[in-house]
Amino acid sequence: MNGKIMPGHGSGGKLMNEMIEKTIKKILGNDSIQIDDSAILNIGSKKIAFTTDSFTITPIVFPGGTIGSLAVNGTVNDLAVMGAKPLYLSCALILEEGLEISVLEEILISMKKAADYAGVSIVTGDTKVVGKGKGDKIFINTSGIGIIEEVQRRDIEPGDLVIINGAIGDHGIAVMAQRNNLSFSEGLVSDCAPLCFLIGSVMKKYPESVKFMRDPTRGGVASVLNEIVKGRSFGIKLVEKSLLIKKEVHGVCELLGIDPLYVANEGKVVMIVKKDDTGAILDIMRTVKEGQDSRIIGEVTSEFPGRAYLETGIGGKRILPLLTEEQLPRIC
Amino acid sequence: MNDKIKKMALDFRSYKLDRDVSIMEVCGTHTTEFFRTGVKDIFPGRLRLIDGPGCPVCVTPNDYLDRAIEIGRVHSPIITTFGDMIKVPSSYSSLGMEKAQGMDIEVVYSPMDALELAEKNDGREVMFLSIGFETTAPTEAVAVREARNRNIKNFSILAGNKLTPPAVRALLDAAEVNIDGFILPGHVSAIIGANAWRFISDEYKKPCVVTGFENYDLIKGTSVLLDLITGGKTELLNEYTRVVRDKGNVHAQEIMWSVFDVSDTAWRGIGVIPGSGLALKSEYASFDAALKFPVTPPPVKEHAGCRCGDLLRGVIIPTDCPLFGKACVPERPVGPCMVSTEGPCSAYYKYGRV
Repeated sequence: MNGKIMPGHGSGGKLMNEMIEKTIKKILGNDSIQIDDSAILNIGSKKIAFTTDSFTITPIVFPGGTIGSLAVNGTVNDLAVMGAKPLYLSCALILEEGLEISVLEEILISMKKAADYAGVSIVTGDTKVVGKGKGDKIFINTSGIGIIEEVQRRDIEPGDLVIINGAIGDHGIAVMAQRNNLSFSEGLVSDCAPLCFLIGSVMKKYPESVKFMRDPTRGGVASVLNEIVKGRSFGIKLVEKSLLIKKEVHGVCELLGIDPLYVANEGKVVMIVKKDDTGAILDIMRTVKEGQDSRIIGEVTSEFPGRAYLETGIGGKRILPLLTEEQLPRIC
Repeated sequence: MNDKIKKMALDFRSYKLDRDVSIMEVCGTHTTEFFRTGVKDIFPGRLRLIDGPGCPVCVTPNDYLDRAIEIGRVHSPIITTFGDMIKVPSSYSSLGMEKAQGMDIEVVYSPMDALELAEKNDGREVMFLSIGFETTAPTEAVAVREARNRNIKNFSILAGNKLTPPAVRALLDAAEVNIDGFILPGHVSAIIGANAWRFISDEYKKPCVVTGFENYDLIKGTSVLLDLITGGKTELLNEYTRVVRDKGNVHAQEIMWSVFDVSDTAWRGIGVIPGSGLALKSEYASFDAALKFPVTPPPVKEHAGCRCGDLLRGVIIPTDCPLFGKACVPERPVGPCMVSTEGPCSAYYKYGRV
């Protein structure tokens, strides 16, 4: 492996995971760093979830959101998928010299709107300015804390079902289309949204039935499933015909040779739930705005342990490999 | 998924072959789609699919990238490329590694993006790495013609396009591998026409079927090919008529031939095949990056143990290569077949290891 940081180190796949394990965690603290969506900390009698995320997306304004709303919802969701009630965020801005103040205001307004909708407060922050060319207009880091009653991580077993709250691939494809001025990008909109209400409504009625939750952001649904099965005695089967993919997203993916299962989502949660409670959980999810298209998309199996795989529409099976780097469109 | 396709899938799965049958596909998209759709998983017993030289990145020898990188080092144009080339190893480096060290390399979705970049940056040279088969060559020709029409002088292409029928002919002449029939590329055929493949059935007496890419197309095309093989017929059939015509896209062909001449070019694993490449016509010489940016690339080096060449001729399948999945993995590829999204090893590694 060469000694330079490559784009793949930030893509959420194998290269990034290797770097985290072999370099970052090794130096910063194998015992203290928790590799999950949020770290769970005991402070006095309370259990706190604590997380951080940095946002470098370009373009900074896209159909369905901005880097600001993404920065709020992304961190809210990393708390929510642990089972925490998100409460407070910090906001650190790194601004490139020359950025229009009006653009900054637009981003901040969208952050405030997102925070108000999600029911969180932005309570502290920081601002830095870097010289022209040293930053891509604006980078944002948000850290967040929330109170947690019970961490939503339980033993997964064959027979458990995999559910998701709607269509996949919207965010990544909407942003890609915008970034590259793809003329066929009409109707492509990011799904950027907070998941705290959806998850909260499920946990209220079924606090013991959710085995695992994660938001399939960078790397997509397939990457989340690979993270779940890694080194485990069970596999996960995804059923292709149960996936909801909008026709605009499907069209762009077909054209460019991109697999929607590996495309980022910013308003989706993959849940592993107890089979017997799945129907009732889906009914609850469908009453919430962010969950109207909730559905079963797969199941945990004893076949192919340690693997995530897809049952295709014609009954064939194929593996869903761990992404190594970011997807690139095919040539021919 | 409608009932018709489900029935087709079931019938395909239970197709009875009374001997081992080997068919070859010559299209990178077929390589991946047979896996991705799950059609490969429902192949009837005794059917073997061999991947041919259908991956444009894979068949481009090291010296092309060596030259591109040396041009980047010596002349510093903005190098524009399809994303797939970024990770491909050259003799000593890769575009990705060079980019990490500061070389100006941009991924584009089409050659027109590269032309737009040149137009917006008239103080910098922009070089486009023009690889691909007949599917992309017309778009590359359009970019060069537009550059001339718009008087954009800071744009050039490093010509590396190849023509697929001569490569298939070379494989048939070599007769290294027993191939009972061919699955013919849908996208390439859309440009060159189904008739461009008639030599396979007429001269070499092998059946062949022009096939599309949906699961229906793959099942239908392969089933029809099996019918021809088991029936002892040596016809060319077109099962992708909704896109492919007998004469192809004549307009696209005209555009292509208005900018390019046929040339002799080297294919990884096969060597130089006469009349199998595209070079810019002399009237477009000012857009030829090889002339504009003379360099002496370092000596070409093939990676020890790499068997991409054998793979592309159909002599082996990826799992036969001792490096596959061990020394050669997508994040650390030894050869292009593992890293290109249309490469056989990449497809086997991603999808085939259930």
